[in-house]
Amino acid sequence: MTESNPSAHESSPAAPVLTLDDVHVRYGGSHILQGVSFDVPATGVTALLGRNGVGKTTTLRSIIGLAPRTGRILLEGREIQDRTTARIVRGGIGYVPEDREVFGGLTVEENLRLVDPDRGVDAPVVARLFPDLVSRRGQRAGTLSGGQQQMVSLARVLLRENVLLLIDEPTKGLAPKLVTEVADVLAEVHRTTPILLVEQNLPLVRRIADRVVVLDAGAVVHRGAAADLVADVDLTRELLGVSMRRQGAA
Amino acid sequence: MSDLVLLLVTGVGLGALYFIAASGLSLIYGLMGVLNFAHGVFMTAGAYAAWLTMGALPDGWPVAARLVVGVLVAVAVGAVVGLVVEVVLIRPLYRHHIQQVLVTVGLSLAGVAAAQGIWGADPRPVERPEWMSGTTDILGARLPNDRFVYLLVAVALFAGLLALLHLTRLGLVIRAGVENRTMVEALGINVHRTFTTVFALGGAAAGLAGVLYSQYAGAVSPAQGGSLLIFAFIVVVIGGMGSLTGTAVAAVVVGLVQQLANYYAASGVGDLSVVLLLALVLLLRPTSLKGAMA
Repeated sequence: MTESNPSAHESSPAAPVLTLDDVHVRYGGSHILQGVSFDVPATGVTALLGRNGVGKTTTLRSIIGLAPRTGRILLEGREIQDRTTARIVRGGIGYVPEDREVFGGLTVEENLRLVDPDRGVDAPVVARLFPDLVSRRGQRAGTLSGGQQQMVSLARVLLRENVLLLIDEPTKGLAPKLVTEVADVLAEVHRTTPILLVEQNLPLVRRIADRVVVLDAGAVVHRGAAADLVADVDLTRELLGVSMRRQGAA
Repeated sequence: MSDLVLLLVTGVGLGALYFIAASGLSLIYGLMGVLNFAHGVFMTAGAYAAWLTMGALPDGWPVAARLVVGVLVAVAVGAVVGLVVEVVLIRPLYRHHIQQVLVTVGLSLAGVAAAQGIWGADPRPVERPEWMSGTTDILGARLPNDRFVYLLVAVALFAGLLALLHLTRLGLVIRAGVENRTMVEALGINVHRTFTTVFALGGAAAGLAGVLYSQYAGAVSPAQGGSLLIFAFIVVVIGGMGSLTGTAVAAVVVGLVQQLANYYAASGVGDLSVVLLLALVLLLRPTSLKGAMA
């Protein structure tokens, strides 16, 4: 495993908000995560990177109990690996899944009221970060564009008080303008809530991430400062198979 | 003309019974993905509970009053049986669909055997209010009054379930869960509690169906629930697993087809034509009439 600029990794004086300790996930005969261990500091954005199929999404799903796992997972120092998904989420982890997964048959309002029955679209955070959703409150979420659905998915988790957000490829399949809008929202959100972000868009990682954890074949192979990784063309190509030159700016 | 009116009304009345039996089944499958073959046992439990209750109440009470109390007891018994089955047998087997089917099939067989062991295999006659045994003349047809009762109850149940789904938080969670159970849980909502509630609701509707079907048949018998369950499954498959509106439409269609075929073809052809209808729907439109809860 490589570790660039260890000071970036060790400079967080506060205890980590999340710790994964020797986490394994097996599906049938496949050993997807093979002893993943890393900390997520209590501030900023930690980007979880890696090529396709290395276990990034599985890592997020294992944290909130959507993947069968062994090992220890600590949220603010308390073990959560034996809790149900709903209890983990109510304990302060907000999860924005890959591909949004909004409830297409429900309206925007109903999607939000699932989490906040009293306020829904009327919650101040929605008006502040997602004003477009207010005017679309009665529209079925399934008829929204991909970007609008991503906003619903983000708004849903922000209606709850979170100690950590897990966000899985929020810009996947979005037009460049929408990528910028999502990046603006994430930049705003991470000031108050730490984020563990799975993202393939390196310019976005460079813009908002403080640290990176890189997975390969179900194990952590690198961790360090985000700026160091994206600045190192050879290391980026070696670990991720891509370079910043091949991706546009966020 | 009078024959056609009679067939239409009795067909819709039969469809109303099918809807009452199928609504709980549809809710349970739609939210939980559980093919509940024990639904017939819930109906049988309701029917016997009402029969026992009516028999235990003072003879001086009007039959209609005893039937109303019997219906309330049947609904309560169905709900309790549904709740217990979900907590004890289904909950440990979530995501194990084959085992769920085996358990519910086993329960359905055990339920019939238990009823036979306790009350015997022979049908036991049930009392019917005099008005329900009578007829009403409309457009020259003498229409059996009980069909109006079934229709009224089915419409009330349909409206009540729609109101539950669209006006309450439980309904919102159910509709979301029908689309994506995992995501509901990932939003911090205890979906298992909702599962239990829906199973109890389905059991209550089954209990209601059981007692009304015993009124329709004029007797209770251990295998009665199983007979009704076959048609309930056909209705749910045609209407779309998890779609309440689709279930209502399919129930009426199945009831009408059965009645018309029995009359215009030959007695007994009705059952066959319902199965053919199911095959036709699955061949022409495998996703059935409607695929989402509404």
